[in-house]
Amino acid sequence: MQVAICSVLVGLPLALVVASVLARCRFPGKSLIDALIHLPLVVPPVVTGYLLLLSLGRRGILGAWLYEQFDIVFAFRWTGAVIAALVMSFPLMVRPMRLSMENIDRRLEDAARTLGASPVRVYLSVTLPLAIPGIVVAALLGFARSLGEFGATITFVGNIPGETRTLSSAIYTFMQTPEGDRSALHLTIVSLGISLLALVASEYCARRAQAVVHGI
Amino acid sequence: MSLEVRVRRRLGEFEIDVDFRAGPGITALFGRSGCGKTSIVNMIAGLLKPDRGSVSVDGRVLYDSELRIDVPVHRRRVACVFQDARLFPNLSVRKNLLYGWRLSPRQERSTSFEHVVDMLGIGSLLDRRPGALSGGERQRVAIGRALLTSPSILLMDEPLASLDAQRKAEIVPYIERLRRDFGLSMVYVSHAVEEVLRLADTVVMLQNGRVGAVGTLEETLGRIDLYPVMGRKEAGSILATLVVAHDDSDALTTLRFDGGLLQIPRVNLPPGTHLRIHVRARDIALAVQRPEGISIRNILAGRVTEMADSAGAYVEVKVAVGGSSLVSRISRQAARELRIAIGHDVFVLIKSIAIDTNSLGILPPADYLPRITASAQGAIPGVRAAEGDELLDLPLH
Repeated sequence: MQVAICSVLVGLPLALVVASVLARCRFPGKSLIDALIHLPLVVPPVVTGYLLLLSLGRRGILGAWLYEQFDIVFAFRWTGAVIAALVMSFPLMVRPMRLSMENIDRRLEDAARTLGASPVRVYLSVTLPLAIPGIVVAALLGFARSLGEFGATITFVGNIPGETRTLSSAIYTFMQTPEGDRSALHLTIVSLGISLLALVASEYCARRAQAVVHGI
Repeated sequence: MSLEVRVRRRLGEFEIDVDFRAGPGITALFGRSGCGKTSIVNMIAGLLKPDRGSVSVDGRVLYDSELRIDVPVHRRRVACVFQDARLFPNLSVRKNLLYGWRLSPRQERSTSFEHVVDMLGIGSLLDRRPGALSGGERQRVAIGRALLTSPSILLMDEPLASLDAQRKAEIVPYIERLRRDFGLSMVYVSHAVEEVLRLADTVVMLQNGRVGAVGTLEETLGRIDLYPVMGRKEAGSILATLVVAHDDSDALTTLRFDGGLLQIPRVNLPPGTHLRIHVRARDIALAVQRPEGISIRNILAGRVTEMADSAGAYVEVKVAVGGSSLVSRISRQAARELRIAIGHDVFVLIKSIAIDTNSLGILPPADYLPRITASAQGAIPGVRAAEGDELLDLPLH
């Protein structure tokens, strides 16, 4: 739960920047970056987790440097679980935002420019408000993916009680232990509740945002 | 105010290459769809970059490919009203109106929010959202939004094209008031003759991305060689006239122009109003002798100055009547049988009801006064204009 919220909070602004750049700018290597972002969507989660361990683990290329310079460790820590969830949910957050931005009528942005708005102001006052439905969807998808993330998490940070045990891995653990069925069922109900709540909330937000965007 | 545009731009197979200047008032960019009107407006606004050339407003260079000047769109102070209004759907009407006003430098604001709202009659719409407005209301809000940026020039790209006739009639007076109350220079893009007739002071006629003609309305729309641009149905001549009298019992109005008097269906304008009228070529008949026992009220004597063969069964004949020119379209056969040729004297017959009172342009008096007074004194040599007058036995003031 904590992991999922953190992952959305950190990931959403990052994904917004990436989505804006992908939707509005043209530059060489754009399709490569696009492919890289979408990679976790198609590669098995375990592979992603293993790659994270290789790069960000204590002896990984990046991880070793981070440990030596800043004493930061991600592997087998809850922060690592956030990173795993983030990487896995990132494409799901970028995609809806990018689509909603690409769907905005460029001519509205042109109109804003002729009214004296600088490009930054056009982005803040026209593009962003009109992309809100996409941003809401992105937040929900990101949250759902983070909550359910299992493969990459267990590979990268393991399943340490009190540190890296997420809802999904906890259910898995209870299922493995004898007489854990009841606890597993409890947690399943909890996760169902959270998911349902998130869905209803996002549906409400999306509807409000749609109404605003379409000027009704 | 002056606008100078000299731009080239290739768009696929099509090339725009125009060079024109426009003075104060409303300049119409007129031509058929797809002749490059909108692209030219976009180049003035900065939304489309020319391949080569320059654009300047009031001597302020907005773009010059040689001097490498390209003022960004938001600093050009060129406001646009688009065909599709383009209001921000997420903002209320009030916030739409204030969008550009808030961004304009305080010391350059030339109008107030209240004044614009009042003039456009949109006070009751302020708290609504654009989605809940009619087409005409939307366009009025768009005009207000553009005005509130205190622009140095206002570009209107077919602002009436997506509205029905009734809505158009609702908006046109507001555009006329813009010219009068704000003294604002405008570039008005249109493919509709009647809008151009009613609003334009200067006409830039465009044909396949080139300038066909630039000049006053009378000079450009009267040119027979440009009739294909206008469309044969609407082509005709423009007369600058003065309202002299009304005949209430017969519901007629008498106009004086440089060449005589004209009777048209009653218009609700005080005598002394300067009026621009459009007489379609297909509504004018010619006679070689003064006809008698005829229902046509307006019979004017003139001399043929120009003839143009068109592809079909018709000939366009330009007749000088006093200092004015009228174009008539008659059948080729009639022209041959009556031996109508350049230099011949003819009588021009215009049905009163043929003059479309919807396309009348009310003019600011100063512009046209000298010309009309000159004709009233009969100052133009070789004019036999007075001959038509005897049929119009209305008291003149």
